[in-house]
Parts: sequence; C-alpha cells; structure tokens
Amino acid sequence: MVLGGFSIDGFTERADREGMAHNRLSTGVVPYAELGYYDPDYVPKDTDVLAAFRITPQPGVTPEEAAAAVAGESSTATWTVVWTDRLTDYRHYQAKAYRVDRVRDDEYVAYVAYDIDLFEEGSIPNLTSSIIGNVFGFKAVRALRLEDMRIPLAYVKTFQGPPHGIVMERELLGKYGRPLLGATVKPKLGLSARNYGRVVYEALRGGLDFTKDDENINSQPFMRWRDRFLFVSEAVRKAEERTGEIKGHYLNCTAATMEQMYERAETARELGSPIIMIDLTVGFTAMGSMAKWARDNGVLLHLHRAGHSTYTRQKNHGVSFRVVAKWCRLLGVDHIHAGTVVGKLEGDVSATRGYYTTCRAAAHGIGDGLLFDQDYGSMPGVMPVASGGIHAGQMHMLVHHLGEDVVLQFGGGTIGHPMGVAAGATGNRVALEAVVKARNEGRDLAAEGPDILRSAAKHSPELAAALDTWGAVEFDYASTDVPDPATPGEEPVR
Amino acid sequence: MTSPTPPSPAAPPPRITQGAFSYLPDLTDDEITAQLACATDRGYAVAVEHTDDPRPRNTFWEMYGMPMFDLDDPAHALRKVLACRADHPADHIRVTAYDSRLGRQSTALSFIVHRGGS
Repeated sequence: MVLGGFSIDGFTERADREGMAHNRLSTGVVPYAELGYYDPDYVPKDTDVLAAFRITPQPGVTPEEAAAAVAGESSTATWTVVWTDRLTDYRHYQAKAYRVDRVRDDEYVAYVAYDIDLFEEGSIPNLTSSIIGNVFGFKAVRALRLEDMRIPLAYVKTFQGPPHGIVMERELLGKYGRPLLGATVKPKLGLSARNYGRVVYEALRGGLDFTKDDENINSQPFMRWRDRFLFVSEAVRKAEERTGEIKGHYLNCTAATMEQMYERAETARELGSPIIMIDLTVGFTAMGSMAKWARDNGVLLHLHRAGHSTYTRQKNHGVSFRVVAKWCRLLGVDHIHAGTVVGKLEGDVSATRGYYTTCRAAAHGIGDGLLFDQDYGSMPGVMPVASGGIHAGQMHMLVHHLGEDVVLQFGGGTIGHPMGVAAGATGNRVALEAVVKARNEGRDLAAEGPDILRSAAKHSPELAAALDTWGAVEFDYASTDVPDPATPGEEPVR
Repeated sequence: MTSPTPPSPAAPPPRITQGAFSYLPDLTDDEITAQLACATDRGYAVAVEHTDDPRPRNTFWEMYGMPMFDLDDPAHALRKVLACRADHPADHIRVTAYDSRLGRQSTALSFIVHRGGS
C-alpha cells in the first residue's frame, strides 16, 4: 500500500490494525469523516461539551461528511493533513460527530462531542470562539445553525452564574408571589434628563416595579448619562416615598470602553440604584466583567439582548436564542429578555417555553426545542423578561404562558394610556394582581381571563380605559422559527 | 390685589402598596381564606407578621407566633390573622407563605391583610 506522508516503518501495520481506510496521517486532503471526526460508535462522556448543529450540506456532500467537517473545523482540523498533528494526542482533542438525524430534505441535525479539556474554565468568549468562531462560513455547508448545547456540570461549576438570581432578586426587592412589572421609557430617543425622569416617576408611582432605559439610550448629545442618572434617581426615590415599595430603574451602563462602563456602574451604585443594565452588544468579555462587578457590589444586572435577532431568528442559519440564553446564564446576568409569545416580536410558544426553561430550571430534559438533558447544579435562575408590544388585555395569557418568575414590561402599553402614564401603570398592576389572585383561587386563566379582567376593571377606571384602547390588538404572524416535527415531513409542533 | 391661594390640606398618608394584591380592593376574609387554601395545597408554611414601620426597606416585620408548618386547614391560619388584627389594630399586618423546597427555599407569596388604624 502506497502511503506517502509523515510515517516511518511500522505505520502501515498500525493503520491496518486500526481499520482506517486512509492513513490518518497521509499528506494531502482526506475526508473529515475518515479522520475520526465522524464516529457513530462514540459514547459521549458525562464531562463532554455537546453541541447540536442544524446542517444544510452543499449538493454532493454527504451528511456524515458535513457533520464531520463541522466537528473538525470547530476543534482541531484544517483543510489538509499537517505533520504537527503528530506532536499531539490528536484523538483526545478532536471533536466527534456521533449522531446525524435527517429532519427534512437536505437538512440534518448533527450531534458533536468535545472533550472538556478543549475549553478554558469560566470563559464564555473561549467557549463561543471554539464552537462558532470558525465553522459557520465553511463553504461545504450551505447553511448552519447551532441549535443547542449541553454544558457538563463539571464545566458549569467553573462559571459564576447570575450575580444574584431569581430568589435573591425577590428578597432584595421584597416582592413575592407575582410577576414583576416594568416599562421602557418612550419615546426611544430625544427626551432630556428632567423629562425622562418625569416618565420614570409617573410609571413607578402608578404601580410598576421597574422602568428601563432603552438599549440605545447610552450617553448622547440630547441626554448625557450622568444627567439622566441624577434625575432618574430622584424620580425613583420619590416614587418609593409615595408607594412604600422598593422601586428601580435599569440605568444603562453600556459604553464604548470598560472604563466608562465601570464609571457609570459605580455612579449608579453610589446613587443607591438596586439595578443596572447592559446591552448584549458590549460583548461577552464586558458582560463577564460586569457580572463580576454586579455580584461584588450587590447590584442587579439586567441584560438587553440587543442585536441577537440578526443571528437567532432564521431557522436554517445562525445560533438559536436558547444557546445565547444559556451562555448568558453561565456568565451571568440577573435578567434577560426572552420573549412574550403574544407581543410584537418573534417567538413561537414552544420555542419560547424552551427559552424560559433554559433561564429558570435547575435541570431539564429534552423538549420544546431543547435537544439535551442539562443540569445546572445549584446555579440560580435568570429572571426572564417579556417585553415588546404587550398590553393589559393580554395579562391572563402572559401569566398563563410565562408563569410567575418573569418581568412583564409594557412600554407603549403604559405610556400610551389615554389617562396618562401613571394610569397606564395602575391599569397594568390591577390587571396583573387580579389575574394572579384568580389563578391562586383555581380559575382557568386561558378560558376565564377576559372575564377576570373585566371584573377587575369595574373597580379600576385605569384598567377599563386600557381594555377599551387596546383590547383588540394582536400580532398574529407565522413564526419564522418553530421546533421540528417529531417525524420528518409532519407539520411542525405548535 | 387678589387674595393668596389658601394652603392645600395635608395629603393623606399614601396607601402602602407592598404585597401581591395591594392594587385590588382590600381582600375579604373569604378571599384571604382562598389564598391561604392555595398556600396549604402547595405545602407552603404560612406566617402572620405585623409592623408599625411599613417603610420599604424594613424587611423584618414582627412575627405573630410561629410559622404554621404542615397546615391542613386554611381556617386555622385565618383565625391567626383575625387574632393579630385584634391585638395590633394600629399596625400593618401581612400573610406570608414559605416554600422550603430545593430551588426556592424562600417566600412564595406575601400580601397585606390589615392596614394600620383602619
């Protein structure tokens, strides 16, 4: 057998003994599937990191070769054999595609295992660079999506996790037994500091728990950050005096450099704010630094997932939001926007349920788009945030779908109320409390929700006006991303 | 010369809106019992607490007796609420339900059942 390549006497026998069709160490280009990157007999270890990729191969590329190429290019491979492979125990470091399922014509889900040794402890930048840093532009696949990941408990334990988590957040706020309420200050841009503070005061005194900077409110010429922070703090303090409740505003500390982010966060803490926010666009390293700061300083950390839908939304290419949510929980954050089901932004019911499970569960199995068992150990949950085009008339469906450990945010649904911002806040709070009370009494929210709200509106002109104004508004479009059917070719699960 | 505007009357003390149901009309005793029944169904321990200082950051109200673990009958918890109202009519009183299961081990529900002086 002619071999060529980087071997000395004795290698041929070894190749024969190990049953390799090609010499693993021949020079030239060898199919990935024959270099060990596709191994259907491989049994994943409990300590392996696992990934599920949705692959659309180029015509002429078999699914096994495409899966092996993804495994290779997200671990040790390059496009041609290199002699320096012989300097390593390459079989330990190479990822293995161990299962490939067909989901529809030309689309497959491949399961890939990575040894835990490939990754730096406690580093989301390293995990993401490793898994998605290289392979997505690969020409041999027409489209590629990271659907889900399993993080072994051994690796979970190297991450800080949420600075506080759901239970600690409630203890800090003294609020139990109901969802929290928030609103983003609107209009998105242009308000000056004092007038911005006015919106905050009205919304909080009217009954919301939180108000929020929008993702693009950082420090612009129309309102610099320190001016906003000062007026907002005054508004929060006054609303606390008027209601006797702890209130907060997510002060956005997103900035161009870490130094500026720290400066803004420190000021927020000195002003007594219980919470700050950052945008996903600051990147995983900045998020990691702020996560550590938030725990060290006792301040809640809200994450706005700004920009995620550029790559999470299309079913065939990108990264599923459930994976982004998992990374953010590990990093971690105390709040993450995770979808509303019934609002203006993308989110199928089953997929959204999967996102909420990722945020909140101590452990979970397969279902709702989640493809792996996952154990988080004792890592606390992230409070999911439902925000985007929701209003008081949907309160029963929001609690029905999303449960109790969630922040429900109504920006337009508070500030657009015909009787004013405080009335909008009151209408939302009355609706929420009425729905929670009725649920505890054993009533069926999906079936009786509208009656529950109408009864509550009899005691609340604010809620009555909200139902009159928005009662009929729905956002009914087909979702761009629904979980796969159980059997290929069937209708998707809804 | 116009006469000066008379000073407005002092604003009434604000209604403390802590707890899960403060934006609804005050719960009747039947409605309180229904919430207690939900707590007992779920195996939560029910406690009654009161305070003369309902500031937002006053975390620790006075305990009115011990928390009631292994509660079967919500009426028993309601009797404790009524007794606390009788003993501390000027205080704010709240009911808390506690979930001791792994994953929470904290308060599951809290709501005001008496507003001092009323």
